[in-house]
Amino acid sequence: MVISIASGKGGTGKTTVACGLASVINESVYIDCDVEEPNGHLLLKPGILKEEPSYKLIPKINYESCDFCNKCAEVCEFNALLNLKSEIYLIDELCHSCGACTYFCPQKAITEANKENGKIRIGETSNNILFYDAYLKVGEASAAPLIKKVKNAYKGNKTVIIDSPPGTSCSMLESVKDSDFCVLVTESTPFGFNDLKLAINVLRQIKIPYGIVINKYDENYYLLDEYIQKNKLNLLLKIPFRMDIAESYSKGELLTETIKDYRIMMLELLEKIKTEIVEKEYV
Amino acid sequence: MLVAITSTCDTLDALVNEKFGRCQYFLIVDPYTMKFEAVPNPAEQAQGGAGPKAAEVIINKGVNVLLTGHVGDKAEQALKTGNIKVVDGLSGNVKVKDALNNYLSNLKRD
Repeated sequence: MVISIASGKGGTGKTTVACGLASVINESVYIDCDVEEPNGHLLLKPGILKEEPSYKLIPKINYESCDFCNKCAEVCEFNALLNLKSEIYLIDELCHSCGACTYFCPQKAITEANKENGKIRIGETSNNILFYDAYLKVGEASAAPLIKKVKNAYKGNKTVIIDSPPGTSCSMLESVKDSDFCVLVTESTPFGFNDLKLAINVLRQIKIPYGIVINKYDENYYLLDEYIQKNKLNLLLKIPFRMDIAESYSKGELLTETIKDYRIMMLELLEKIKTEIVEKEYV
Repeated sequence: MLVAITSTCDTLDALVNEKFGRCQYFLIVDPYTMKFEAVPNPAEQAQGGAGPKAAEVIINKGVNVLLTGHVGDKAEQALKTGNIKVVDGLSGNVKVKDALNNYLSNLKRD
């Protein structure tokens, strides 16, 4: 079972919910896919067992057969290849490892080589959660190849919790695309509401079942509730905007350990997700 | 020698564009004859890598000197590979003509 936690907007509480969920599941695996600013380790406090470099593929040009036809620079959607007529100049930070240049080169002059783009860390917490995260190298423009690597670093059939990066772009898609269920975390603000709609659109297109968690719930902001009711969306949980939660979080504590009813909320959330996934499998 | 200036429009009377990668036009001027070519920047609306793409364009035009406001890291690398001298720090409220004259008169003094 793979559960991903996403939201259109940053700072809604994805990591809090993801760590909370991971900590109430027996033998779970937590994967932090927010490789640009991983912060799951702040709450879970894992002991790091292994740190290994990760590589992405970049094109390598063989100048003996290259005739500077410009095809590779033309097909590169990310402007990573520049045809300077005497040289094909590669800006490797911009390369997304899509392989289009290699595929389309009429002279077959391009091969692919490895380049380090970040580090993957593997660890374990004191309550037996397997922990994975990754750090993207400074200056790298594309996170997707590293996200793919860290996602595939765990092989097994334990329950996996994926903490997706904010936004609705490549990195978010890469993180959520193979999951059985996606939890969308939002908040009771116009920004949270707007970005929730964007995220729902993405998940509908890639056909992943989803449910909504409203974090920092404020009943005065009725637009969000109205929208959820009107469109019959699957509302899983409302987490209240409370002082003790904020305080505990700001100290970097795992909320399920310090706040009793938070633990209960997470258990309820987990039960709801389980029934959703089962329903989907038998339909 | 060819001098490229980042510009907001296709005439010498236009204002300088401070941004290199996302400018509208490159005015490529031959200072001896003051003949110029206005090259629209294909990278103006690019999603990413606008700077390097723009660098590719002016390198292939055989430019020697670039006058602009600011050049990013990746574009700078590319320009260096293409042996283009970068003179940055121009402000957006001067005309292309004046920026060019200013640069040329400084050159003569040296």
